Amino acid sequence: MAIAMRVRADNGDVRILMTHPSENGLRKDAKSGQRVPAHFVKNMTVAVNGKTVLDGQLGGGMSKDPYHSFKVRGMKTGDKVIVTAEDNTGDKGSIETTVS
Amino acid sequence: MMNTTRRLLLRSAASAGLIATAIAAGMLKPSRVLADWNSVAFSATKAADALAAIGASSAASSRDIVVKAPDIAENGAVVPVEVVTTLPDVESIAILGEKNPFPLVALYTLSDFDGFLSTRIKMGQTANVRAVVKAGGKLYTATKEVKVTVGGCGG
Repeated sequence: MAIAMRVRADNGDVRILMTHPSENGLRKDAKSGQRVPAHFVKNMTVAVNGKTVLDGQLGGGMSKDPYHSFKVRGMKTGDKVIVTAEDNTGDKGSIETTVS
Repeated sequence: MMNTTRRLLLRSAASAGLIATAIAAGMLKPSRVLADWNSVAFSATKAADALAAIGASSAASSRDIVVKAPDIAENGAVVPVEVVTTLPDVESIAILGEKNPFPLVALYTLSDFDGFLSTRIKMGQTANVRAVVKAGGKLYTATKEVKVTVGGCGG
């Protein structure tokens, strides 16, 4: 299943929200008492006009629905931003936007 | 003398050939041979081991990094963390919840970074959130203690 994401970029700032359970493999299900298998985003990239500005390795310690916001020097209106993500099960997602 | 040089050249040529074959066979991805996902660091169960695995054991405390996080987190499942730095030429940032079951939460390689990164992490118990910033080839670090009333890491 594709990883769903939303992205906004303006005023030198990129904000990304992913929809993902972010399970670290240690949590026990309240009903069954069984450990919920690890399921988290492992890699993300953000490129502005084709140049990678963030290449992230992530662990299961990210909160559910991982959120990132960061500032990029020199980013301007009309620049193209592409975000990609991949989790530990091989599911992938990508989204692009134009800096407003 | 001549002979030794020749042997060395032959040997290095042979190993270069092996690496090229490995790349061709898809065993090594040339652009991401090292950076794919540091399983040793992310699987480490102690902060010191995670820091060692990312080569950050020697990071120096710096006032040019501010880790912003709540003093008290009532819900350890969602702890907002900001890393703000005035250090120039930032190359990477690591974020750790020092007493988490797996302390390393994220490791970012950055270009054109403009001093601000914000995310949300899980924390199992009251602990320091540590940021390690590599800038201009050197490692710097800062922490912020967060008191956690309800942990968010399972267990």
